[in-house]
Amino acid sequence: MPVATIAGAEVQVDEEGFMTEYDEWNEDIAAALAANIGIELGESHWQVIKFLREDYKEQGETPMLRRVSNVGGIPTKQLFQLFPKKPAKKMSYIAGVPKPQGCV
Amino acid sequence: MTTAQDAQSLVPDFGDEDNDRKICFIASKGTLDMVYPSLVMANAALGEGIETHIFFTFWGMDIITKKHMDDLQFTWLGNTAMHPPGGSKIHMPQGLAGLPGMTGLATKMMKKQIAELDVPEVPEFVQMIADAGGHLWACKMSVDMMGLTKEDMIDEVEDIISATDFIELSEGGQVIFT
Repeated sequence: MPVATIAGAEVQVDEEGFMTEYDEWNEDIAAALAANIGIELGESHWQVIKFLREDYKEQGETPMLRRVSNVGGIPTKQLFQLFPKKPAKKMSYIAGVPKPQGCV
Repeated sequence: MTTAQDAQSLVPDFGDEDNDRKICFIASKGTLDMVYPSLVMANAALGEGIETHIFFTFWGMDIITKKHMDDLQFTWLGNTAMHPPGGSKIHMPQGLAGLPGMTGLATKMMKKQIAELDVPEVPEFVQMIADAGGHLWACKMSVDMMGLTKEDMIDEVEDIISATDFIELSEGGQVIFT
């Protein structure tokens, strides 16, 4: 597995650049990852990212958009505005959790 | 093992710049089992940043008609691939499907299985697709044939369009008939 230096920290990433170690993540890294893909993190972005991390920790899998919307309380429309085009992949990249695996 | 230096620039390619893909689904069925394929795939396409359209026609009109969208039914009549849940080798007898009350029972069971997968029921799913930027179109011929108006359909339906309109709007896109 490649090791990347992000925001001054060495972190494990997969061949695409997604972080693979949940505990290596921190907020500075998130900001740097977001900047990599042209997103500046505002309050609503953080709300999504925090939900993703908490939910992943509890459930053992990355939530799909519907769960982020229904359980996390951030409406689908807003998710597409915050993380344009590919919200599920982009938000998981920034939150340092695996890409979601489900169909819906 | 890649060095830290090499991995500096390891950023996933989300394909934002070069995505001119377009997918158009034709949803022509109103049985519960035949409604999900286009909804699931349209939702997945939207999540990939792809311009997505669904053209509802014939029995598929029920998916966007307020009166029916929450009450789509499933029957295994005519479907020899129906087995009892749990991977059984048994085929459900066709005659059994025709008995009174059996459609309701089969529908209830299928809805339960779908819910267990955390997949939404049809009205919520259609709303999700619209919220994700999906374009919903009603077929003019079906609307005329069934005596429907725009008011019978959910607000998210953009317009009632003809077959020619659909052919025009799907230009350059992939068209999938369900």
